[in-house]
Amino acid sequence: MSRIDVNKTYKLFIGGAFPRSESGRVYEVKGANKKFIANPAMASRKDLRESVVAAKSAFHGWANATAFNRGQVLYRIAEIMQGRSEQFVEEICALEGVSNKAAKSQVEETIDTWVWYSGWCDKLSAISGSLNQVSGPFYNFTTPEPLGVVAVFAENKPSLLGAVRTLAPVISSGNTAILIASEKYPLPAITLSEVLATSDLPSGVVNVLTGKISELASWIASHMEIDGVDVAGLSKSEEEELKLHGADNLKRVFRFTNRNHPERILSFMEQKTVWHPIGI
Amino acid sequence: MSDFEYANAPESKAIAKISQSYDLFIGGKFIKPKKGKSFNTINPATEEVLAKIAYADELDIDIAVSHAKLAYTKVWSKLPAKERGKYLYRIARILQERAREFAVVETLDNGKPIRESRDTDIPLAAAHFFYHAGWADKLEYAGLGNKPKSLGVVGQIIPWNFPLLMLAWKIAPALATGNTVVLKPAETTPLTALLFAEVCQQAGLPDGVVNIVTGDGITGAALVNHPDINKIAFTGSTEVGKSIARSISATKKSATLELGGKAANIVFEDAAVDEAVEGIVNGIFFNQGHVCCAGSRLLLQENIMDEVLEKLKKRMSLIRVGDPMDKNTDLGAINSLEQLRRIKDLASTGDSEGANRWSPECKLPTKGYWFAPTIFTGVSQSHRIAREEIFGPVLSVLTFRTPAEAIEKANNTMYGLSAGIWSDKGSKILWAAKQLKAGVIWSNTFNKFDPASPFGGYKESGWGREGGRHGLAGYLTSDAKVSK
Amino acid sequence: MIIDGSEGDLKRFLDDLPPVDQVGADARAAMLATRSIKTTSKAWAIDMAISMVDLTTLEGADTPGKVKALCAKAVRPDPTDLTVPSVGAICVYNDMVKIAREELDLIGGRKIPVAAVSTAFPSGRASIEVKKQDTQDALNAGASEIDMVIDRGAFLSGKIGKVFEEIKIVKDICGEKAHLKVIFETGELVTYDNVRKASYLAMLAGADFIKTSTGKVNPAATAPVVLVMLEAVRDYFALTGIKIGVKPAGGIKTTKDAIKQLVLVNETAGSDWLNPSLFRIGASSLLNDLLMQRMKLRTGHYASANYVTID
Repeated sequence: MSRIDVNKTYKLFIGGAFPRSESGRVYEVKGANKKFIANPAMASRKDLRESVVAAKSAFHGWANATAFNRGQVLYRIAEIMQGRSEQFVEEICALEGVSNKAAKSQVEETIDTWVWYSGWCDKLSAISGSLNQVSGPFYNFTTPEPLGVVAVFAENKPSLLGAVRTLAPVISSGNTAILIASEKYPLPAITLSEVLATSDLPSGVVNVLTGKISELASWIASHMEIDGVDVAGLSKSEEEELKLHGADNLKRVFRFTNRNHPERILSFMEQKTVWHPIGI
Repeated sequence: MSDFEYANAPESKAIAKISQSYDLFIGGKFIKPKKGKSFNTINPATEEVLAKIAYADELDIDIAVSHAKLAYTKVWSKLPAKERGKYLYRIARILQERAREFAVVETLDNGKPIRESRDTDIPLAAAHFFYHAGWADKLEYAGLGNKPKSLGVVGQIIPWNFPLLMLAWKIAPALATGNTVVLKPAETTPLTALLFAEVCQQAGLPDGVVNIVTGDGITGAALVNHPDINKIAFTGSTEVGKSIARSISATKKSATLELGGKAANIVFEDAAVDEAVEGIVNGIFFNQGHVCCAGSRLLLQENIMDEVLEKLKKRMSLIRVGDPMDKNTDLGAINSLEQLRRIKDLASTGDSEGANRWSPECKLPTKGYWFAPTIFTGVSQSHRIAREEIFGPVLSVLTFRTPAEAIEKANNTMYGLSAGIWSDKGSKILWAAKQLKAGVIWSNTFNKFDPASPFGGYKESGWGREGGRHGLAGYLTSDAKVSK
Repeated sequence: MIIDGSEGDLKRFLDDLPPVDQVGADARAAMLATRSIKTTSKAWAIDMAISMVDLTTLEGADTPGKVKALCAKAVRPDPTDLTVPSVGAICVYNDMVKIAREELDLIGGRKIPVAAVSTAFPSGRASIEVKKQDTQDALNAGASEIDMVIDRGAFLSGKIGKVFEEIKIVKDICGEKAHLKVIFETGELVTYDNVRKASYLAMLAGADFIKTSTGKVNPAATAPVVLVMLEAVRDYFALTGIKIGVKPAGGIKTTKDAIKQLVLVNETAGSDWLNPSLFRIGASSLLNDLLMQRMKLRTGHYASANYVTID
């Protein structure tokens, strides 16, 4: 008789811990072959609230970490993902029904995405800041600073890469994030959270929620402590709805092309301009 | 020994040729509004009517936008960037030539002291055009993509506090980046925008590149909601800013919003006290406190509170309040009766919530809208006057014990436009500048503006930046964003 | 007593003074320079400025004739118009004091004081014995105001106790006989922080007036320097109840310059200082410009230099 596998319970990732949804809700995820794979948590409004609390309290430390340090942490994530490639490949194959080769290439691209954004951490001021030549005896500079708490909706497909190319730029600058996993293909994002938990990323910098996108989107829209949203995983109408309610605290809401681009980082930063007199 | 009384030093009004009535500036010509409606603009210092102004409604907005669109597709977008820039240079020069006239008209229509319109508003407006003129043919070097493109027709809505300067902040970057414009000046201060329309004519700017439509909030809403507008640039209240954000949520329109503020002006114990006092005065009494980035919350380190307040009160008693046309006036008229009421209402909550009001003795004119320079001491974070934007010459004074507490209080607001730091210690200044959640930090200075210096807010103080290299981004397509 | 007289205590006191931000002080002075002084207030200011002028000649080529001519000008700045006030004082080198005093007494200028520059003016580079003798000589010759220079070398090398002591010694010699003006040579002290410290140091040591410059070094009485000194006397008055005078000297050449100085006084120390006993302007050519502007105001025509005397 063959051995019975020990299956993983897919849970949420909030403040560095892996809780079940406080609501007790789960939903069924099936593979491309229509067979049951897992019952991930269906996050509730309260789970979102806890994630925002965790992200908010992690912000100061992460934003004030040196850019070099953040770069190292992001690179460390890539290193650990590399070691766990097989697991991601299996999950992607099972969920998306793609070939092993395609899944492997997705995982590799995802790892490279971490590396790419890791390298950006300490170059943001250089490409986006400025020393402004004002007419008067003043030293005047502009430098980008992280926005705060940013929610990112991962695209459905590619399930892993889609999550990371929204998440990595957001946290590279010092923001903390709430990653809303793809509703249909949530498992790689949850496994990603296990990578994050074992890399050097401080607790709360990334929180991962799974569940019903439309529910989460409306709660996120009206949450006044969320400063920005990447709506990659939302439909056009969900995006419009989120923008409408997000106006209550003037959330910065963006949708990007699939390319990796520093603008994905800078869009979730604020430019701060500082004046100081020059004198003796 | 008699006091050194300054005799009246009135600026001559003769230079300002204000017409009895003004039409809408659309397609390079002044045309009557379709329905022929109008409203008056008055001098807030005297309550005299200055001119009758055309009122634009949806129909007029539609005509203006179609002219702007036509000008965009047929002329402006085809013009070599270098030539576009030359038009901006021309505008800058004409503004400099006609500076005195603009200053006088601005002061008459707005109520601000002639010293400020003459020394700040008008020269800075000209400087904005000069600065952006130079960008027109250098956009590929702005670090905003290799071939940044213009957006199309931009709808711009500006406030009444710096009428011409805000126009310059809006129109100069829009034109430099290749967009065409429909701009609505504020209802109470349309005159310099209409004068600017003449400047466009003198500069030979192609018809329809700049259109000026006058009216009220309904006019503005019609502009925001017009389907052929590609981008909205708005400066004004956070409340209206949010409603604009809602209005465009289901469209492809983008927006830059410069909204309200409740800036903390933090004075540390090691500050250069005399200059800090000047900075406090300049922070809240410049332009009657009608400044979104005004330093309206003074945060004093408790151990220097008495010294600073004593000096501040002495200094406030030197503020010359009165006729804005007098060259020695420091504090002019409140821009409108509506604004005066709002200031009075909010100030009275200061009284009722237990703060202590103080104003120097000053004789206010009997006609017009006036409010004496005022400070409230004994204010706590929970008072309305510490939280809400008063937009008038009213300062709330709070105290703190440690630098960390100062930052905590400073950031305890939904706004994040500006902040001030006064200290003689470089490392403390940089520390505080880093901690403050605000888009513009003035250390050992306040209320400084420059076309090369990006301006704009964190949090609910707005979206995007105006001025500098960063300000261009709001008027250009993006490499990475979708639906812009 | 604010300080106990020891150098350490003095140093502590001066180090505790709030710093001056140069750009902010410059901006404040520039803003006050935009004040527009017209008609009646201008007429008042011109006469006030004339009465504040320390009419000065400090040249190697000074002769009795030159000094006597200056005295005539001091008493009746405009011989054709007796409503013009006399100037605040005559300011000369030590050896001209007697000549000036006698001449003034002779021509009806008994009330005009003679100020002597003293203590090895303008450099201050001499022993304290020489400085004492220099001062005593001037007093003996009839000076009722002593304009002493501080030892800038000592100040800049941190020997502020020495600077303080010298002022005290000279003040003691002056006693009740003469007012003491202490010259900083702000162009050599360079920073506004130094100007503020020097102001307090001099006031604490007993100066009756603090004075910007010798007139031999540029820059001299710039508006922001005078602003900082006026702030110092204002704050010293709040601290002690004692009013100390201020004398800008050097570079104030036109009526416009002088009126700007009066605006600075009015809006910094306050109108109490708008008085020759608390504010003087060290100048020579300024007086004629004031007289020409006075004529212009009276007649409505621009005046000609031919109508004012050249002494």
